[in-house]
Amino acid sequence: MRVVEGLSRLGVFTHAVLTLIADDGYPVSVATGFRVVDDTIELDPVSVGEWFLPQPSGSKVHLTFSHIRPRPGVGYDERNYVEFAGILDSSASRWRFRPASARGWAESDIPFLELCERALPQGRRYLASLSQERRIEVKPRMSRGLLFFVATRLPFLTATLVPVVLGVAAAAYERHFNFGLAALTLAGGIAVHLGLNVANDVFDSLSGADEQNVNPTMFSGGSRVIQYGLISLRQMAALSVVFYGIAAASGLLLVVLVGPGLLWLGLAGILISVFYTAPPIRLVHRGLGEIAVALGFGPIMVLGAYYVQTGHYALRPLVLSIPVALLVMLILYANEIPDRGPDAKAGKRTLVVRMPRETVISGYVVSVALAYIALVVGVVLRLLPWPTLIALVTIPLAVQTTRGLRRDYNDPYALMPSLQKNILLHLATGVLMALGTLLAIPFG
Amino acid sequence: MTPDSPARMPEQVARLLDAALVAELTVIDQGGEPRTDPLIPLWDGEHILMTSSVLFSRKLEDIKRNPCVAVSLSDPIGILTEPFSRATIQGDARVLEDDLHDGWASVLPLWLKKEPVVRNLLKFRFALPLFWERSVIEIKPRRVLWWCNGDTRLDPEIFHIDEVAV
Repeated sequence: MRVVEGLSRLGVFTHAVLTLIADDGYPVSVATGFRVVDDTIELDPVSVGEWFLPQPSGSKVHLTFSHIRPRPGVGYDERNYVEFAGILDSSASRWRFRPASARGWAESDIPFLELCERALPQGRRYLASLSQERRIEVKPRMSRGLLFFVATRLPFLTATLVPVVLGVAAAAYERHFNFGLAALTLAGGIAVHLGLNVANDVFDSLSGADEQNVNPTMFSGGSRVIQYGLISLRQMAALSVVFYGIAAASGLLLVVLVGPGLLWLGLAGILISVFYTAPPIRLVHRGLGEIAVALGFGPIMVLGAYYVQTGHYALRPLVLSIPVALLVMLILYANEIPDRGPDAKAGKRTLVVRMPRETVISGYVVSVALAYIALVVGVVLRLLPWPTLIALVTIPLAVQTTRGLRRDYNDPYALMPSLQKNILLHLATGVLMALGTLLAIPFG
Repeated sequence: MTPDSPARMPEQVARLLDAALVAELTVIDQGGEPRTDPLIPLWDGEHILMTSSVLFSRKLEDIKRNPCVAVSLSDPIGILTEPFSRATIQGDARVLEDDLHDGWASVLPLWLKKEPVVRNLLKFRFALPLFWERSVIEIKPRRVLWWCNGDTRLDPEIFHIDEVAV
């Protein structure tokens, strides 16, 4: 913090705390009144007992300003402090402090969560020094179950559930349903998805994107288990390989069970997933991440789930996949909004990084609109059963999400409810489309 | 120094410590300069206790190098007592961190009295795991300066805390 900035913030404080090191080696800190005069701070003289004084003029002291607002029954907020180092002239009746350097934090400028993220290097350094001292690794602890939940970003699995359920529903509409195959399809889809999530963390850690991100939210910035020292990069890489191994095994088993027509689709899904962030292709770094996600969690999964049940491809599941493909793409797209700063620094040129705010918002609105238009056109052309129109009830949620994105575009933490609604939009729309498809079976 | 210095923490200062939502902890950094951070002071009747996350561990490193610290109780907004007074407590600090993950739970009851929201935050400690890896700073008071009406232009009452009596 620059001194001039520190001085400009002093209007909210009721008092200053003058600090110096006494002759006996202990610090002494004393509250006092103050007022800013030009680039200096005038202080009320203080008395701390004669053996600490006199302070010779020109001595080096520190001056701290601290403010909180008590919140009975809660704690406090509005944390704000500034500490100056400088020279004190106590020769006149009013003492004069000339600041030379300043540091501090205001909760209103830097949210507490961001402050914690900025402090990560210090935290890791401290744990490393303790580890060295104790000759045993000291690291944060978390139960294995919770670590798995956090590291794999398990709640995002809705992105896989929706297209698989939709593909199975499309097959059921044509009187094809095998529970075992559906479960195996879901297992394979989940494995690809978790492999992607974990690999994404590995490659974003290697590129520095996650390290530079000081505004992660529960929807963006990765799982951060590597940054927090909960698990090593190597362990995460191994976990990713395990997931992709399970995905490949499930896929091959399905190919054996239902036919080779699934092979190319499955292979495309795994390759898109791997090269989403993996070099040298790095689709997400080239502004192709959204398309990759739309394809992977849209047509590929819906058609794949459909094929597993029916043994053939068809136009209906393809059309069914368009709205969910667009909406899942928008999950990534909106989640990139708070990440756009660190992503740009790490060379991760996502669509959101490439475009100005208004274009990003317009892109969102157009994509959402296209999702609903695709649904309606599908019904009008009789490609989709009419009960799928029930999914149109999510339009108000889309409107709310758009408003939130526009309003809180520059505030990562305020954006969180909108990002949550955006995920809900995909889930609700997809589930309602599947439900509509199933409800149409008696009429089909 | 007053002639009748008590052996224990003066009652009026203990009340301040119990009431204060914030205090300024000053440590001496590697360069011999004071460094001050606002922290929640907790009082167990014998020591001033504070907790610090490893994320904000500069003060812990400083205390390990030099245990001489001062705690200032100065904020009329953050110290809800009537009548208001101010105090500075000098003492020797040590860092307790055998168990960073759970060791600080010993001070949790005192902490919750001042910041009840911590109970809710703890439910989501997985979201910010390093913040909840914490050390306890235990400060043994040595000398207390007390300004009865908070006016530090006047001489403070000075109390020496008797180590034997404590």
